[in-house]
Amino acid sequence: MKHLNRKIIYDIILSKFFFIVGLSCLIILFIIMLFLFIEGIPVLNHVSLTDFIFGTSWYPTSDHARFGILPLISASAAVTLLASLLAVPFSLAIAIYLSELAGNLIREIIKPVIEIIASIPSVIIGFFGMVVVAPFLQNNFDLDTGLNLFNAALMLAFMAVPTIASICEDAISSVPASLKEASYALGANRWQTIYHITVPAALSGIWTAIILGISRVIGETMVVLMVAGGAAIIPLSIFDPVRPLTSNIAAEMAEAAVGGPHYRALFAIGIILFIITFIFNIIADYLSGKYKFKEG
Amino acid sequence: MNDKVIINDLTFYYGNNSAVKNVNIRVQENSVLALIGPSGCGKSTLIRCINRMNDIIPATRTEGDILIDGGSIYADKYNVSDLRRRVGMVFQKSNPFPKSVFENIAYGLKINGIKNKYDIETRVEKSLKGAALWDEVKDRLDDSALGLSGGQQQRLCIARTIAIEPEIILMDEPASALDPISTQKIEELIQDLKAKYTIIIVTHNMQQAARISDFTAFMYMGNLIEINNTEAIFTKPGLEMTENYVTGKFG
Ligand SMILES: Nc1ncnc2c1ncn2[C@@H]1O[C@H](COP(=O)(O)OP(=O)(O)O)[C@@H](O)[C@H]1O
Ligand SMILES: [Mg+2]
Repeated sequence: MKHLNRKIIYDIILSKFFFIVGLSCLIILFIIMLFLFIEGIPVLNHVSLTDFIFGTSWYPTSDHARFGILPLISASAAVTLLASLLAVPFSLAIAIYLSELAGNLIREIIKPVIEIIASIPSVIIGFFGMVVVAPFLQNNFDLDTGLNLFNAALMLAFMAVPTIASICEDAISSVPASLKEASYALGANRWQTIYHITVPAALSGIWTAIILGISRVIGETMVVLMVAGGAAIIPLSIFDPVRPLTSNIAAEMAEAAVGGPHYRALFAIGIILFIITFIFNIIADYLSGKYKFKEG
Repeated sequence: MNDKVIINDLTFYYGNNSAVKNVNIRVQENSVLALIGPSGCGKSTLIRCINRMNDIIPATRTEGDILIDGGSIYADKYNVSDLRRRVGMVFQKSNPFPKSVFENIAYGLKINGIKNKYDIETRVEKSLKGAALWDEVKDRLDDSALGLSGGQQQRLCIARTIAIEPEIILMDEPASALDPISTQKIEELIQDLKAKYTIIIVTHNMQQAARISDFTAFMYMGNLIEINNTEAIFTKPGLEMTENYVTGKFG
């Protein structure tokens, strides 16, 4: 009896502890949001919401300061889209290869390699982009600068591949063998089975992987700061230098006068970024919730 | 009647362990052969040799031969996909694809080269009727197959198998996870299918084997102990071991 009571007390203490930890996460998140909004919203005293979001000029420090972030938004969108276009097919191919085609030995070698790539600090990837990729692009494509949208997208894709590939691999590996056997039993070959049965059955997991990978790309700062080129223009070519939202904040925060319009505008950009990644996380959550495989 | 399937001195190894040992069986065309025996005796392994399903398991080895219509399925030039088109398989646990009822059947047709929409629709309907499922699903062909009951899912798997018009159907304890009513439907279905197909069915249910099969083979620890027509196996078995098993004294 005494023993039982003790167990119950431990139980209560532990669950209270985790409740408090969970709650404090929520509170911290709330404080960050509050801070972001308090510091950012007043930008609307200097520029209207439409001019802020759709304005095409970002001259935060000139005498006639302009705070239009469309070039920054379009840079983020273009970099993210291009990085996804590069990363998704490649990641999917790796995931399919590892889960369906590779032998055990190869899988045991490649999986840790992917994890190592995932843990490379982004500043090193940025450095590689600056020192190796940029000169290569500049010389081979006859460009003014190799620090541009394409370089950034390539480096970001490189960063996103491990995330996307390993989550996809989990999703594909967890498709029940019984489904594949059913497909083989109908005379399907390996490729037909992968294409028509295994990958579709893993699709919601694959989507989750893609969304998570993309939200990582959107939020990444260091790489784009180093290799995207930094010009606040709406990109017209994949070799234009660009200035995505994140790198803009990182580059300018130190020089913006606290409480001034520029400072407010940078926080407002933070709000925009926060909303975008928040939406992506909700989508990912929704998709992974849907991904509960029901076995026959 | 001619022998549709001839299993010739078949031995099958997982690694170094033989799960099927020197088995010889002849299966007559349009008959039902029941494979019985305690679990782990190699029944599943044996039928999975007949459509070479064991090929996908690494580190396995086969000795001996299996002939279908007199031709070896292990011949060098034999295409495994072609073999599996001729030899359909229904699994122990129903395994419909996470697709619509219609797509579950259409898939097998499409990968086997049937592209015409009308042909596909007619064959989907025909096979669902053949599996005694049409009346229950005709209004929900576009719904997910995972929403069907267990018994319906298993009949869908049978429909999917007969849609590509195999010659032989292998069934590995197809009713073991089903309630009595669904089991009865499957058993009736097997009786109907016999007219067109040669059926080899694994079952651990003695009454079921007695009810549905023409021939029964009793296996024990990878060996074929006795094979005869079903009535003989259940009424006057040749060996005491068989008698003990079919009367439930061990197993
Ligand atoms: N994939 C496998 N790898 C290794 N051994 C297996 C495998 N499948 C079955 N076996 C072994 O082969 C023997 C026969 O199994 P199985 O054919 O499934 O028997 P049954 O269907 O009669 O219950 C068992 O000893 C089992 O452990
Ligand atoms: Mg079995």
